[in-house]
Amino acid sequence: MKRRKFFSGDGWWGFVFLLPVMIGFLVFIAYPMIESFRLSFTDYAMREDYQYVGLNNYITAFTDDTARTVLKNTIIFTLCSVPVLIIVPVFLACALNQKLKGVRFFRAVYFVPTMISMVATGIIWQWMFNAEFGIVNYFLEQIGITGPSWLTSKPWALIAVIVANIWKTLGYNMMLFLAGLQNVPSMYYEAAALDGVNMWTKFTKITWPLLKPTTLFVTIMTISSSFQVFDTIVVMTSGGPARSSSVLVHYIYQCAFKFYDMGYACALGWLLAIFIIIITAVQFRANSRFSID
Amino acid sequence: MNQKSKRRISLTVSYVVLGIGAIIMLVPLIWAFTTSLKATNEAFVYPPTLFGKEILWENYLRISDRFDFLNMFKNTALVAAATVVLQLITSAMAGFAFSYLKFRGRDKIFMLFLFSMMVPYHVLLVPTFMLLREMNLINTLWSLILPVAVTPFGAFLMRQSFQSLPSEMGEAAKIDGCSPWGVFTRMYVPLAKPALTTLGIFSLVGSWNDFLRPLIYLTDDRMMTITLGIYNMQGAFSTNWPVLMCTVMVSIIPVLIVFLCLQDLFVEGVALTGMK
Repeated sequence: MKRRKFFSGDGWWGFVFLLPVMIGFLVFIAYPMIESFRLSFTDYAMREDYQYVGLNNYITAFTDDTARTVLKNTIIFTLCSVPVLIIVPVFLACALNQKLKGVRFFRAVYFVPTMISMVATGIIWQWMFNAEFGIVNYFLEQIGITGPSWLTSKPWALIAVIVANIWKTLGYNMMLFLAGLQNVPSMYYEAAALDGVNMWTKFTKITWPLLKPTTLFVTIMTISSSFQVFDTIVVMTSGGPARSSSVLVHYIYQCAFKFYDMGYACALGWLLAIFIIIITAVQFRANSRFSID
Repeated sequence: MNQKSKRRISLTVSYVVLGIGAIIMLVPLIWAFTTSLKATNEAFVYPPTLFGKEILWENYLRISDRFDFLNMFKNTALVAAATVVLQLITSAMAGFAFSYLKFRGRDKIFMLFLFSMMVPYHVLLVPTFMLLREMNLINTLWSLILPVAVTPFGAFLMRQSFQSLPSEMGEAAKIDGCSPWGVFTRMYVPLAKPALTTLGIFSLVGSWNDFLRPLIYLTDDRMMTITLGIYNMQGAFSTNWPVLMCTVMVSIIPVLIVFLCLQDLFVEGVALTGMK
């Protein structure tokens, strides 16, 4: 009876079309997800004799000094990156959203870094930030500043990684804003032009309010990807010196595959996941509010 | 001030801002490129020079001196090609099931896919590693292909694209006795070419640039991919920046070519991901 109900309509075809996808989904997404949740309550360390330890891993996550340090670094990384990665791309997108020559060229220049691997980005910026022969310190010297040894001293290593990441991500956000701007009806600007409104007022009264949904989306996406940063940091600083540029995912990776503290790594992973699920849910809710307005 | 001069000021400001920004964006790439053409000792001079005394194109021939770079390139290309093909097939099929077909539980399964998109893949690393070890796939290229053969994001993108097709079209085909398989292969897939291309580019770039998975699943030198190779070279070549930069430049070229050929599609694609 139940079976007939399932195969009514397109049930059989649904089964055929979803079969390959469901196999992949169940084996490589759903199963690992459930398994990782289960392991986060154990002291699993690649051995068969492991035990359930209840909430211990989660409690440790909040008392472990290293976890606190990497969380602090991740938050600093995010707080420094996100404003730049919103404000600069918005202005670039506004500039590019006019009828000017060379739009394709500029668009390409800003977008190319987003295509480059994080590893290549890391290597290039490691060379840029080289303390003795790097071009960054050379430019700083031209304006009378003695540059620090970026990648091996305390606040600077994290800052160097932030700069490299901004260079890599800027173009993607700019492109998202450009897409958002193309949805702003041109009649608003035509009306503003008739009233003789200046550029700044046009931006604050028309562009910025109408871009709100895009801005929210870009903000959430940038926060979420900043929380997951890993490659550039491993390449540029390996998290050093003294963990001053180590971030959450770097620590998760180390816990799992260097210290073989896999249960703990899963718990840290789930804490990251919960955070990302919450901010994404906030975005969904806000978005449905926008569409009602 | 009249409209014309106002517009001229706005354009001039835009050009200046975009120009300065473009220079800042290009400096790292130019610097990496010119470094790749220098002799080793000329990379280490202060103040830095743009070019060395000689331009050594032969640095590019030295990238295979200590590592089998060609093999890495081949591995990466194989993984990327297989990933793209598998993701396109699975995503198109799933997207079709979630949009054209009507059956019980369809939207529940789709919600499950949406939920899994929010969970970062770092959560899956440990169990996936154990699973691949069980399957004897660690240190094979399959370990980089199979776990990403199905992507909820792809299914989502294809569903969006199929939903924008007029539903009367599929209905008419159905009345004419066309099976869903026929509607899929003869109507929906050909009409969704732009979305498929976009998804293809995303999975190509994602696979080409992937680093964390190779780092965890591969230890055998013969299986190494480019990103992992460059990371390992960085240790071995710490004194030879020009040759290291050559490998970086070579790793960039393929994605750059794809981008320059398909720039407009790419721009549309980014806009698509920004849609709700």
